[in-house]
Amino acid sequence: MNFEPVIGLEVHAQLLTDTKIFCDCSTKFGAEPNSHTCPVCLGMPGVLPVLNKKVVDFLLKMAMATNCKINRESSFARKNYFYPDLPKGYQISQYAEPPVEHGWIDIETEGGKKRIGITRIHMEEDAGKLIHDENSPASYVDLNRTGVPLIEIVGDPDLRSAEEAAAYLRRIHEILVYLEICDGNMEEGSFRCDANISLRPVGQKEFGTRTELKNMNSFRNVQRALEYEIKRQQYLLESGGVVVQETRLWDDAAGVTKSMRSKEEAHDYRYFPEPDLVPIVVDDEWQDEIRRAMPELPLEKRERFSSEYQLSAYDAGVLTQSRALADYFEEVARLSGQPKAAANWVMGDILRFLNDEKKTVGECPVSPANLAAMIRLIQEGTISGKMAKDISEAMYKTGGTPEEIIKEKGLVQITDGDALAATLSAILAKNPGQVAQYQSGKEKLFGFFVGQAMKATGGKANPQMLNDLLKKMLAKH
Amino acid sequence: MELNQLTIHELKEKLRSGATTAEEITASSFARIEAVEKDVHAYITLMKETAFAEAKRADEAIKKGEGGLLAGIPIALKDIACTKGTLTTCGSRMLSNFVPPYDAAVIEKLREAGAVFTGKTNMDEFAMGSSTETSFYGTSRNPWDLERIPGGSSGGSAAAVAADECIAAIGSDTGGSIRQPAALCGIVGMKPTYGRVSRYGLIAFASSLDQIGPFTKDVEDCALMMNVLSGYDRRDSTSADQEVPDYRQFLGKGIAGWKVGIPKEYFVGGLDPEVEEAVRGAIKTIEEAGAQCVEVSLPHTEYCLAVYYIVAPAEASSNLARYDGVKYGFRFPEGRDLLDMYKKTRSAGFGNEVKRRIMIGTYALSSGYYDAYYKKASQVRSLIKRDFDEAFKTCDALLTPTTPTPAFRIGEKTDDPMQMYLSDLFTISTNLAGIPGISVPCGYSASGLPIGVQFLAGHFQEGRLLQIASEYEKHAQIEKRRPNL
Ligand SMILES: [Zn+2]
Repeated sequence: MNFEPVIGLEVHAQLLTDTKIFCDCSTKFGAEPNSHTCPVCLGMPGVLPVLNKKVVDFLLKMAMATNCKINRESSFARKNYFYPDLPKGYQISQYAEPPVEHGWIDIETEGGKKRIGITRIHMEEDAGKLIHDENSPASYVDLNRTGVPLIEIVGDPDLRSAEEAAAYLRRIHEILVYLEICDGNMEEGSFRCDANISLRPVGQKEFGTRTELKNMNSFRNVQRALEYEIKRQQYLLESGGVVVQETRLWDDAAGVTKSMRSKEEAHDYRYFPEPDLVPIVVDDEWQDEIRRAMPELPLEKRERFSSEYQLSAYDAGVLTQSRALADYFEEVARLSGQPKAAANWVMGDILRFLNDEKKTVGECPVSPANLAAMIRLIQEGTISGKMAKDISEAMYKTGGTPEEIIKEKGLVQITDGDALAATLSAILAKNPGQVAQYQSGKEKLFGFFVGQAMKATGGKANPQMLNDLLKKMLAKH
Repeated sequence: MELNQLTIHELKEKLRSGATTAEEITASSFARIEAVEKDVHAYITLMKETAFAEAKRADEAIKKGEGGLLAGIPIALKDIACTKGTLTTCGSRMLSNFVPPYDAAVIEKLREAGAVFTGKTNMDEFAMGSSTETSFYGTSRNPWDLERIPGGSSGGSAAAVAADECIAAIGSDTGGSIRQPAALCGIVGMKPTYGRVSRYGLIAFASSLDQIGPFTKDVEDCALMMNVLSGYDRRDSTSADQEVPDYRQFLGKGIAGWKVGIPKEYFVGGLDPEVEEAVRGAIKTIEEAGAQCVEVSLPHTEYCLAVYYIVAPAEASSNLARYDGVKYGFRFPEGRDLLDMYKKTRSAGFGNEVKRRIMIGTYALSSGYYDAYYKKASQVRSLIKRDFDEAFKTCDALLTPTTPTPAFRIGEKTDDPMQMYLSDLFTISTNLAGIPGISVPCGYSASGLPIGVQFLAGHFQEGRLLQIASEYEKHAQIEKRRPNL
C-alpha cells in the first residue's frame, strides 16, 4: 500500500523585545542566573502581570507577513502544571481566543509553489531553566528566561514530506528574522519546532494516528527526524502494527526517534481565562501603525531584485538572504549606479571576506559608499579590475576609502600614451627574436609582450590602451 | 474617651489643633492592644517598633503643616497585603516565613498618606472562610462576645477596629470578607468596585473577585480611607483608569427623592428574625430620610452561592499552585523526589479548607468537567451581573441584610462547610457582579450582638453608597455601644 505523510509544525519563536512579556526585566541572553528577575516574573505572592505592548506589535508583524486574520479582541489563558522552572504553577498563554489565525505562506517544492496554511499564532511566556549538578543530586533553577516573550506559530497539517516541512520551516525562519522580531538561533532555543506526523493510505481523507516529535534543534534534525518517523510509521503500518499516539524525542546521535514516558503526557492543563489580564483589543489604528512599519519581505524583495536590477534568480536569492545584506547591496547599487557590478562585488569578494571571518554584513569594514566609489573608479578606467581586487582587500583590512588606498599604494593606472609607448619600445628592442616570430605569424606571443609590459609597469598599465598601442607598434616593426 | 476610641476625623481634628500627637495616639492604641489582644487575638504580627517611628515622622510632618490624609493614624493591615520587610503570612503555614521584598500598592498609598501601621491582622487561611477559624495562627474572637467568631475572612481587622486596637483597618473581600465581619463586629466595612483599588501585592485568592477595602468606625472615616486607597495603578491591569472623586463630598448630601430597591430574594428562608427586624427598621429609616423604597427582583440570586463556589475555588486552585516549596515559604524537609516534595509540602503547608477548595477548583477546571462547571458558572455569572444592571436602571441603590445571622459561636459551623458558606449568602453576588457594597451597623440582637445592613450601588458609584450610608447613619442614630472587654 502507498502511504502519504501528513505533517503539521508548531514553531516557538522567542521575540526580540528588550523587556519581558509581563514585567520590565531584561531579556538579554547569558546573564548571571536569576539576575534578570523581579517579583513579577518570579511569580511571588500578590504580584500581577502587565502586558508588554511591544510583544503584540511583533505578533502583528508576523500576522501580516503570514496573511493571517487579526482578531479585534483576544484574551490570555492560564495553562496549569507543576514544574520547578514554572514559578507561578501556570504559564500565561492564549488558548480559546487566538489573536491571529487563518493565514498562509507559500513554499517552493519540486512540484512548484505550494500554499501552506497557518492555523493560528499566539503569545505566551517562556519558562525558566533547570541546571542539574553533575556531582551531587541537586538541581538549580535559573529564572532569567521566565517571562521572555514567545509566539507559537501553529501550522495546518498541509505538509506531505520531510522536504516540504524543512522548506516551510526555513520560510518561517526567514520571515521572522527579516521582520527583526526573532534572532532565529536554533541552538540557543530562540527558534524551536515540534512536529505532528501521521501516515495515511494515499487517497484516504481521514488522518492516521499521529506522533509528536520534539527535541529537534536544527533544520537538518527536523528533516532527518521526520524522514525517520515516516519510515518507522510506514514499517509499522505495513507489518500490520499500529502507531501509538505519543510524544517522541529525536536522538540526534543515534539518528532515531524515541518514545517519551507516556506518564509525562497525561497532562490536563486545566486552561481557563487569565483573570489578571484584561482582553487585548487591537483596533484599526494599531493595525495601520504596524502596517506602515512593515518591511519588504524576502520573497517580494527577491522578485523586485530580479526585475529591477536584472539579476538572476540565484543572485537575487543570495543577496536577499538577510535584510542587512540586501540593504547593503542596494546601497552599493544606488551609489555606484551599476547594480550588476555591485552584485558581483558584494557576492564575490565581500561575502568571501565576511564568511572567512564568520562576520555578518553589519560588521563589514567596507562601507557601501567605499565599495561604490571603487566600482566607479573601475568604470572610469582609473583602476583595473585586477587592481580593484587588491583595493577591495585593503579596504576590508583598513576600512579606508579606495582613493586613500590607491594613493598609499601608488596604484593609479598609467594612461599616459607616451610613457607606455616608451616602455613598449624598450621591451620590443630587448626581444628582437620574439618580435620576428610574432611578425611571422606566431600571434600567441602577443601575450608575452603584454606580460612584460605589465611587469615593467607594476601592473599599472591601462590594459585597453596597452593592447591598442602594442598592436600598432608590432605592426610597424 | 481614650484616643484609641476616636474616629479618624476626630483624631485629625485633635492633631491639627495640637491637642494630641501621633505618638500619643499610637501609644494609646498599643496600650489597648496590650490590654485586650490576648482575649481578642486580632493580630498575627505586631509592628510596634516601626509604628512609633512612623508616628514620630507624622508628628514632624504635622508640625510643619504637612502630612498626608492619614498622618499619624494607627491602621491595621490584613495579613494578605504584602508589606516590605514585614512577615506576610496570609494566615497560612505555607507563608509562615515569608517576608516580601515589596509593598502592596495599598500599603504604598497608606504610607504616603502618613498612616501608622499597628500590625498584620489575623485572617482565614488565604482568605478562605467566614469565621477566621481556618487561620494557621488560631481563631480571632468577636470583641462583643469572646465565645463567638468575628466573621471572616478579614475577622482580625474587623475585631481590631471593634476592640479599638487600631483606628481603622484594611481587609480584602472576595465574597463578603469585609462586609460580613464588619456587620458581625458592629463597624463599617466597604468593598469597592472591582478595579477601583489596585490589587498589586494583595495575595490572590480569586483574582476576578478579590478587592481591597476599609474597615472604619463610621461612614465619614470610610470616605477618608477610600480617598487614600482608590486610584489607577499600572501594575494591576484590571485596575480602572478612572478619576477618583473626593468621597467626602458625598457625605450629608441627603437622599431625598432617591429610589432604593429592596431585593425580595434576600428576605426569604434562613434569615434570622432579629436580623430581619433590624433591616426592616433600616428600610423605614431610609424612607424617613426621604427615599422611596421599592421591591425589586434579582432573579438569579439563588445561583450566586453555586456560581461562587465554582469560580472562586477554580481561580484559587491556580493562584495557590505557586506554593510548591521551591522558591520561598514553607518546604517540607523530606521528600524522595520532586513530586514527593511537592506533595508533602502542600499537604503540610495548607489547612483543610484550602485543600478542599483547591480540590473543588481543580475538579471544576479539569477536562471533561470544564464546560459543565466553570463555563456554566461564568455564563450564570453574567446573568447575575445583568440582574444588577437591570435593578440599577430604576434604583439609585439597593438595601439588603449583610449577613443571615449575628455572629455564631466558635466551632459551631466548622464541621459543616455548607453552613459556613451560607454566612456569605447576601454578600457574594456583589463580588460576582463587581459592584461596590457597604455594611453599616443597624442595631443589636437581644443578646447584644451587632447587626449590619448592606447598601449596594452600580459600578464606581462608591460616592452614592457613602451618600446613602452616611444619611442612614445620621437618621438611624444607632445607640453607640462599645464591646465590654
Ligand atoms: Zn521580571
